[in-house]
Amino acid sequence: MWIYEKKLQYPVRVSKCDPRMAKFLIEQYGGADGELSAALRYLNQRYTLPEKVIAIVNDIGTEELAHLEMIATMVYKLTKDATPEQMEAAGLGAHYANHDNALFYHNAAGVPWSAMFIQAKGDPIADLYEDIAAEEKARATYQWLINMTDDPDLKDSLTFLREREIVHSQRFREAVEILKADQTAKKFF
Amino acid sequence: MKPGSEWKDADWKAYRELMREIQETDFVLVELNLYLDTHPEDQAAIAQFNQYVQKSMALKHRFQTMFGPLYGFGNSFSPAPFAWKEAPWPWQV
Repeated sequence: MWIYEKKLQYPVRVSKCDPRMAKFLIEQYGGADGELSAALRYLNQRYTLPEKVIAIVNDIGTEELAHLEMIATMVYKLTKDATPEQMEAAGLGAHYANHDNALFYHNAAGVPWSAMFIQAKGDPIADLYEDIAAEEKARATYQWLINMTDDPDLKDSLTFLREREIVHSQRFREAVEILKADQTAKKFF
Repeated sequence: MKPGSEWKDADWKAYRELMREIQETDFVLVELNLYLDTHPEDQAAIAQFNQYVQKSMALKHRFQTMFGPLYGFGNSFSPAPFAWKEAPWPWQV
């Protein structure tokens, strides 16, 4: 099970109400390469992975839940004081019509989250390669998001998350190497 | 211990500072945990991990006596009345 901890992994501050930026950030909440996809992908794959790599996939999946909460906090803070007029002007009119200022799992274009974004192939190399690709795509998305805001507080939190994608990608690459070494090792029975 | 709704500026300042210290300490632990998952034989990293476990536990003990429980489901003690809802939620600070 998981134990909830009443803290963010890294502080999230925003300088101003900015529903325009919230609309883009929601890509990392309910988008294909976002944190929900990441957490659910890894936490689902772990059951059938080889013993040697379960811990890393379990633990990265758990960290993704903390990142999901950070993105949610950004979106919440950027929109909590936005009027319906401001939401509409920011391109969130359709979101407001369905959800008011509540968060929802969809991407920046409003497409709802789908399990079709993720895969579990049962083949550990195929699964880990997907995980590496997912981290690299998430890293790229964070870069595009950083490019789209001039809010120094927001940039700080996004930069932290971009860095974590790099670390996760490296750890998944190590997991692949561990499996390869295990496969090619001479075994004596 | 006062509910979050009654905190003064000084309480918020102390909360943020101590929370920041916990976040810094726990970041070391997350990073070392992931590293050790793929490098389980690294003795120096394990020693550093255990050192930070101790530091994190001490910081959280101090935090919880000042601001209330950090964990639900019985992983923190509670004063009366039940204090789980008193400290602000992470997205509110």
